[in-house]
Amino acid sequence: MDTHASLSHDHHDSHHDTHHDAAHAHHDHEQSFWSKYVFSTDHKMISKQFLITAIFMAVLAMMMSIFFRLQLAWPGKSFPILEYFLGKWAPGGVMMPDMYLALVTIHGTIMVFFVLTGGLSGTFSNLLIPLQLGARDMASGFLNMLSYWFFAIASVIMVYSLFVESGPASAGWTIYPPLSALPEAIPGSGLGMTLWLVSMSLFIVGSLLGSLNYIVTVVNLRTKGMTMTRMPLTIWAFLVTAILGVLSFPVLFGAVLLLIFDRSFGTSFYLSDIFISGQALEQTGGSPILFQHLFWFLGHPEVYIVLLPALGITSEVISTMSRKPIFGYRAMIGSILAIGFLSFIVWGHHMFITGMNPFLGSVFVFTTLLIAIPSAVKAFNYITTLWKSNSIFSPAMLFAVGLVSTFVTGGITGIILADSALDINVHDTYFVVAHFHIVMGASAIFGMFCGVYHWFPRMYGRMMNNKLGYIHFWLTFIGVYGVFFPMHFVGLAGAPRRYFTYKNFPMFESLQNINIVITSFAIMAALAQGIFLFNFFYSIFKGKRASQNPWNSNTLEWTAPVEHLHGNWPGALPEVHRWPYDYSKPGKEDDFVPQTVPLTHDEEEH
Amino acid sequence: MTLLIIIVATLAITAFYYLSTIMQQTSVLKGAQEEQVTEKDNWINAKLMFAFLIFIIGFFIWQIAEYKHVILPESASEHGNEIDTLWDFNMYIVIAVFVLTNAVLFLFAAKYYHRKGNKATFFAHSTKLEMIWTIIPAIVLSVIIIYGLRTWNHITTPASKDALTIELYAKQFDWTARYPGLDGKLGKTNYKLITDVNPLALDEKDNASMDDIITKGEFHIPVGKEVNFVFRSRDVIHSAFMPHFRAQMNCVPGMETYFHFKPIITTAEMRKKLNKQDFDYVLLCNKICGASHFNMQMNIIVESESDYNAWLAKQKSFGAKEETPAASVAPDSTKNIVALN
Repeated sequence: MDTHASLSHDHHDSHHDTHHDAAHAHHDHEQSFWSKYVFSTDHKMISKQFLITAIFMAVLAMMMSIFFRLQLAWPGKSFPILEYFLGKWAPGGVMMPDMYLALVTIHGTIMVFFVLTGGLSGTFSNLLIPLQLGARDMASGFLNMLSYWFFAIASVIMVYSLFVESGPASAGWTIYPPLSALPEAIPGSGLGMTLWLVSMSLFIVGSLLGSLNYIVTVVNLRTKGMTMTRMPLTIWAFLVTAILGVLSFPVLFGAVLLLIFDRSFGTSFYLSDIFISGQALEQTGGSPILFQHLFWFLGHPEVYIVLLPALGITSEVISTMSRKPIFGYRAMIGSILAIGFLSFIVWGHHMFITGMNPFLGSVFVFTTLLIAIPSAVKAFNYITTLWKSNSIFSPAMLFAVGLVSTFVTGGITGIILADSALDINVHDTYFVVAHFHIVMGASAIFGMFCGVYHWFPRMYGRMMNNKLGYIHFWLTFIGVYGVFFPMHFVGLAGAPRRYFTYKNFPMFESLQNINIVITSFAIMAALAQGIFLFNFFYSIFKGKRASQNPWNSNTLEWTAPVEHLHGNWPGALPEVHRWPYDYSKPGKEDDFVPQTVPLTHDEEEH
Repeated sequence: MTLLIIIVATLAITAFYYLSTIMQQTSVLKGAQEEQVTEKDNWINAKLMFAFLIFIIGFFIWQIAEYKHVILPESASEHGNEIDTLWDFNMYIVIAVFVLTNAVLFLFAAKYYHRKGNKATFFAHSTKLEMIWTIIPAIVLSVIIIYGLRTWNHITTPASKDALTIELYAKQFDWTARYPGLDGKLGKTNYKLITDVNPLALDEKDNASMDDIITKGEFHIPVGKEVNFVFRSRDVIHSAFMPHFRAQMNCVPGMETYFHFKPIITTAEMRKKLNKQDFDYVLLCNKICGASHFNMQMNIIVESESDYNAWLAKQKSFGAKEETPAASVAPDSTKNIVALN
């Protein structure tokens, strides 16, 4: 600890630092409430804004999931809570089929985009990129602020769409036209879908501003000595995530824009030969399948936009808390790059049964299954890191281990789904729902919890309560397996997803019990999140004070003082002399060697 | 079942009990030294890691035993057997990976927890190990890919010329089947021709249309004969899912899609096998299509060729139906209008 203290006071760095310091001395006192908490350009504050917004959205989306789980477990039974929250959409406490579809749609949209994209990348890229690279702030504080505010406005519009008279968007989170294009087909495709499209367009703008900023910062603002191969894996993951976002979100924007044209201006990009409400529509020559190609060109990289930050965060936490270097640092970087690249050429595996040319299907089978190789490398590297470790089970570490488990358990069913012949009979069934909730939903949210517990002291200068963290983790972990494992069997029974009830089919009678089991676990897991919420908000104000480096970590963010300064380090920027994973290095007294410690003359870099 | 609910409830209650005790403790300790992970915490969590391994393996086995009966019965189509064999092959690999990887993960977590005086082994990388777990998955995946694609190619090879053609027409929220009639050809269609008496938009000027046979509610297919399905949709995307036959294809407005299979078990035989007298094969919609998506179904009857021919002979052709619209078509179409509104 003393080492960095003395280092940061060594004024040997470039002139722009001193210049910066001078500027701040005034800054910190002059900041008004508005510029400090609302229109902040400080990456640390923006990161908190993203986190709190995402937590709010996550609570909403989780409540929705409990509502539709109640309907699935006890179809037709009256629940006063449903009428309380859904009003006219659940007369007598029984929700209407329209509302059921609206809930699954908005649950998916919020979880995928607002929680796991905006929330996860927004929070941790913002917090960690400057701090772990030794930068004063993001390349552009102003764009960073805009990025949050676009996200915030998008969130407000998405929430507002829940309250319009014809109901929110209800065509599924993938909003396939023509269903999403025709209000005659489903009421949610009226104003609700318009708001969905507007909200998502703003979301994309925010996401692009953020991603460009992350990329520029990583490329240009690394401190002295911070070469690319000395960057923590978190930063590698955030960098590749940002690149994926920049390349794929514009395609979704295009897809959304064309859909807006089809809906409002009579074009026929996605519509052809449709007869609805007693009328033949004029549109002809378009293709609904075109939308699916464009959507999944974003949609598949999106899976990794969600997952890679979680993998980056857990790599860092597993290494720190196991007191061991991450195993195969370069292989981990290679895997991140390989996954990032491959994620762009696999989108067709969502479309095996759309009538696409079977040969093209074969190509997508091949590319998709290739992704299993870098994924396997990552999983085995995690596990080897634990081998002969000295693991300290902080709540963050537990969530990191949990992620490795869900990443494997959910990933292997992907091997089944990627096989086009096998996909035929499980496509769009609960087998798919089980698969992606475990591999993407649970893993990414575990990565997020892991990050929150680990960097909470960095964000708020206080500690979260460990005991509550333990209970939160174990209940959530059991809940995840309890909810999503049985869903595989529901899928194998042939039960399609997005069904309001299965009562109309004698062949699904036997599923009632499984659905009750799933819903019970879901309620338990949802209640467990209450523990987290309490712990989080209580600790912000009343948690125990954190020391500067509570986890004895090597990375730069722990060399900055606990109090937040605009500019992060009071003196010169720290200088980096080694990679971030020198834990338990032989010949060293402590079991960690911060990146700021120079190599001794006979010491070999990793 | 009830046992499981009890377990879940007990877990929750225990958790909340501990919660309340912890709340008391923390309020006492507040302001004391920094929050730390104690030796005891590490020990307990390491043990819980092991317990969790037992839990998921046990839960997995319990589910297989408990839920085996809900899984779809043996395939009623020829290619479905190939899919099922491929499925089993992949599943063995996947289950092995699931058990082994999770076992190693949780065992390591349970074993290598922090104790005073312990030091972790500095082991940053090993090219040999990394090669091993790059190459072995690559080999296993090659096998999976090759085997999978062989099956896929076999299934998607176009139907033979003497296959029976049947069209399945989807709209919110029901199915209609159309048989080509005596000439063996489906008549042309044009979506602008849809009326109450011509819900499938058949072109009356096309001679091939007049003998087409249209059925709702259920459709029949002969056992042992290849059937080539043509799919169309009137309004939004639907998906024709026939789980017992391992068959699924989207129905997309503006285009035709195809899927073919050979049924090998008649409805009567399947009823006997399952010991369920009311069992029926079913066609259901598997692409979100609107409020009544959950109830868009049609029964499929598989029977001997002679029974099938007898049934088909009783159905009226499109041309014949036109002559008696009041009798057979009108009730249907009023229903449609109600559904649409």
